[in-house]
Order: sequence, then structure tokens, then C-alpha cells
Amino acid sequence: MAGAAAVGGSVRSETYASARNWLLLPSWAVLGIFVLAPVAMMLVYSFLTKEFRGGVIWEFTLAAYDQFFFDRGLFGDEPAKIEWTYILIFWRSIWQAGLATVLALLIGFPTAYFIATRPAHTRTVWVFLITIPYWVNLLIRTVSMKFLLRDQGPLNDFLLWTGLIDDPIRIINTNAAVQIGLFYSYLPFMVLPIYASVERYNFALSEAAADLYADKWTTLRRIVIPSVRPGIVAGCILVFVPSLGAFLAPDLLGGAKNFMIGSLIEEQFKGNAGNWPFGAAASMILLTLVLIILVFLARQQARAEREATP
Amino acid sequence: MSARGDVRTYSGFRAMTLVCLVVLYSPLIIVTVYSFNASRSITVWEGLSLQWYADVFWGPESGKFKQAAINSFSIALIAATMSTAIATSAATGIVRGGRFRLRTASLGLISLPLMVPEIVTAVATLIFFNFIGFTRGYLTILVAHIAFCIPFAYLPIQARMQGIEDTFEQAAQDLYATKAQAFRRVLLPMMMPGIIAGFLLAFIVSLDDFIITNFVKGAGVETLPTAIFGSVKQGIKPNIMAISTMLLVVSIAMVTISYVVSKKDSST
Repeated sequence: MAGAAAVGGSVRSETYASARNWLLLPSWAVLGIFVLAPVAMMLVYSFLTKEFRGGVIWEFTLAAYDQFFFDRGLFGDEPAKIEWTYILIFWRSIWQAGLATVLALLIGFPTAYFIATRPAHTRTVWVFLITIPYWVNLLIRTVSMKFLLRDQGPLNDFLLWTGLIDDPIRIINTNAAVQIGLFYSYLPFMVLPIYASVERYNFALSEAAADLYADKWTTLRRIVIPSVRPGIVAGCILVFVPSLGAFLAPDLLGGAKNFMIGSLIEEQFKGNAGNWPFGAAASMILLTLVLIILVFLARQQARAEREATP
Repeated sequence: MSARGDVRTYSGFRAMTLVCLVVLYSPLIIVTVYSFNASRSITVWEGLSLQWYADVFWGPESGKFKQAAINSFSIALIAATMSTAIATSAATGIVRGGRFRLRTASLGLISLPLMVPEIVTAVATLIFFNFIGFTRGYLTILVAHIAFCIPFAYLPIQARMQGIEDTFEQAAQDLYATKAQAFRRVLLPMMMPGIIAGFLLAFIVSLDDFIITNFVKGAGVETLPTAIFGSVKQGIKPNIMAISTMLLVVSIAMVTISYVVSKKDSST
């Protein structure tokens, strides 16, 4: 997800301008055919009629979107009511992803700030320590979390041993387990952009605030946080967006009752009970949501850059 | 100086950093420790043993895991090689191609797999293969991996190339090297650290992918993540912890190499 801001750059040269189209052709072809065209195809499929054993019939219909938003009774002949099932699943996903983001911000901001105020030569080591878990297989990390949170798992053993609790607490298959899982999955995404912002922050501003008798927490609230806001916004989006469409954490940690968008979509394409156009429509709605958030991010960052270069 | 340090630091932030690291690492450490457990039960600790590693290699499920490992590593190797080649070519076009109209569009296309939620890419790819009538299997996984690995290979390569002045290629061309020779003999060797880093990242990303693979794999073809997922659905068994630990070591080793390679070079 970090690509939008990171791709591009300032150093430009024209050494290979004449070969440019040939050099770019392979990436255009592969990404155009296997990423862009499939997304377009998915849009088309979301308007087709479902085939009962999976797949589609080539007849144009709005049925998938209609099914998502409206309830017309078992035979489709009753007056349309709002269908809450899928809207609630989307709402639950937004809520879960939001809580995971808040949790990540609460831990991630102090961590990023702390790392950015270390001596320059140790900073890269800290950053590396934060980065490593991101590169470890997400499935393995989620399975590890499942193992840790079990009723008779190490976390409960530890809490029983310390005497904080008398009976094992049930965490797995609850909403809290999903939030913890999402938070754990994407925590590095919160730390890294905030770190990048704090590292560029001019600490003379903090000193000036202290000279003017601001206490430290006021300085943090009124000076530091507004200055590093682009990093905070980027971090929140980088945690929120993948959490929204996550499949592994809700599936492995949440159980059947804590269904999120990812599982709803996956279900439409598994086995014979699926409804491909409906799955495609749900994917389109998710993609639209994400694109709106990313456009918001791009505009925020453009504004921050304009403010930084008067 | 001491007064200044005072203004910068906040008490409690060090503790939060510690919490952050404990959260990030404790699940991984615990699974690693329990993979060496002698007990058949995952809840009781009965001392050190390598039996679950032996079980992975020679136990009743070893055939399944071996095939999954062969699929995973061969796909990762081919996908990382292809996507690195494509990304190197694209980075040369974008960083050394001057100003051109499709520059922003090309960058957008390259970062597309990073922006679209993985599950959406998975659905779209499945629909696409269904539409063109491609039977799902090894080849569909490979093609999908090549596509979504491109941005991961691209980023370190572009970063590296932006750090190289174009005077080197120009000097080569002044000495009558063709553009192709200047690329192969001058630019490419200088870009090597970025290319290696990009290759390793693409390799890990391919090796780790679950969601897209799960959608496009078809029946019967498994990679390590899909095999692990299938197993975990019936409960976490000790042999899964042993496989997970081995994969974890592979990932960490590759990230470390990638980090060292790109660091070593930026200091010269």
C-alpha cells in the first residue's frame, strides 16, 4: 500500500529517452493484462446474471447490486426494503478496521517518535526491527496470534500465573481477537510513515515552545502532532485500508460470527454455493471505498507539500 | 545539550516502544519455541525435541508438504526473476527516460497492485482467468505472482537508480559504447544492489502470498501457505509450527540480506 507516495522521485535523466517505450512495454503489458484488465472484467461481471454452479450467464442485470442494498422478499415480488445484512457486514468491517487503526496509532506514534529521536546510527537498526515482522508471512503471523490467544494458550497461562485473572478469558472468536489480529498485522505500516515525518520535524520548534513556557504535553499536542500530521494520516490509512479488506485475521481469529467483507467476498467464489456477480459487486464496492480514501490521502499530501514549500 | 534532550524526549515513549516490539515479536518467538516441544499436545511443554521437524520431512504428511514446498519455491524463483527483469526495464524507462506524458500513468500502473486491496486483485484475477478460459493451476498462480511482485521489485531498483548520476553512462557513450553496452557494462553493475534487494523482496512476497494464490490455484495444486491454511483449519498441530518456523527463518534471512546489500552500497 505504501507505493502511491513512494513511487516517483526527483532525479531525472534522459540517457534512455529514445528506448523509453520499449523499456516500459513489458510492465505495461503484464500489469495491463493481468491487473488492469481483470479489474475491468470484474466490473463487467458484477452486472451479469449468476450461474448456479459458480460463474456467470452473459445477461446484463443490476441484480447483484440490488441484492446488496435491497430486500425484495423470497420471490423478489415484495416492495423493496433496505437489506441490512451486507451493509452491516461492511459497517462491521469499517468499525473493526477503525478500532485496529486507533490501537495501532496509540502504540505506533510513541514508538515512531522514540525511534526518530535516537542517535542517527541506531535509528536504522530500530527501523529494521520494526520492518522485519512485516516481511514474515502474514498467514504464519496470524496463526501465531491464534496460538497465543487460545483459551489454554500462552497469554492466558501468563495471566493466570500472574494472578490477574482466576479463569482463562475467552479472546479467540471474539471481535477483540479480530481487532488484535488486524492491529498486529499492520502495526509496522503505522510506525514507518510517522517515523519519516518526525525525523524531518524541526525540534527547534519544540525548544521555542518550551522557551515560551509551554509544558511538554502541550508542545506535543499543539506543535509536534500538527507538524507531523501527514505522517499520521498516511499511517492511519495504511493500517485502515488493508484491515478493511483483510481475510486472514477475521477468518482465523474471529470465527463465523465475526464476518467481515473479505470473508463475504471469498464465500462467493468457493465451492458451488457462490454467486460470482454478487462477489464482483461487493469487490467493486470495497474498491470504490478504498479509492475514495486513497484520493483523500493524495490530496492531504499534496496540501502538506504546498504548505511546506511556500 | 541536556536541556535540549529534555525538550525532545517524553517519558513513557520508551516503554511504549518496548510494548510495540513485544507485540510484534512475542507471537513469533512463542511459535518458534513451541515448534521444539516434545509433547504431542500443543498446550503442555515437555522439553526440547526435534521430532516435529522430523515429522515435516518424513512424517505421514511429508509428501504433501514437499510438493507444496516445490511449488512455492519454484513459483517464487520464476516470479521474482521475471518481475525483477520487468521492473529493471521499467525503472530505466522512468528514471532515465526524461519527461514524458505517460510517466505518471506508468507509475500509477506499477503501483496499482499496492493500492488495490489484495482480495479484490484475487477476485479480479480469478474472473479474468475464467473469462479467457484458462484452467486454474500452477501456471495461473505463476502469472498472477509475476504481476503483483512487480511493484515490490520496482521500488528498491528505482531508489537505487535515482542515486546514480547519469554522467557514468554518458562517459561510456562518449567513449563509443552503444546505449546497450553502456547499460549492460556500466549502469547495470552499479544498479546491482537495488536489483538484488528488489529480487529478494519479490521472492518473499511471492513465497508469502496466500489470498491471491488461494483464489487462482485451482483444485489439487497447493503452495506452502495454502497447505498450512488447510491444515490450520483443523486446528494448530505441532508440525505446522515447525514449518512456520522454517518459513519464518527463510523470510528473515532474505530481508536481512536485502537490507545488508542495500546498506553496504549506500555507504560507498
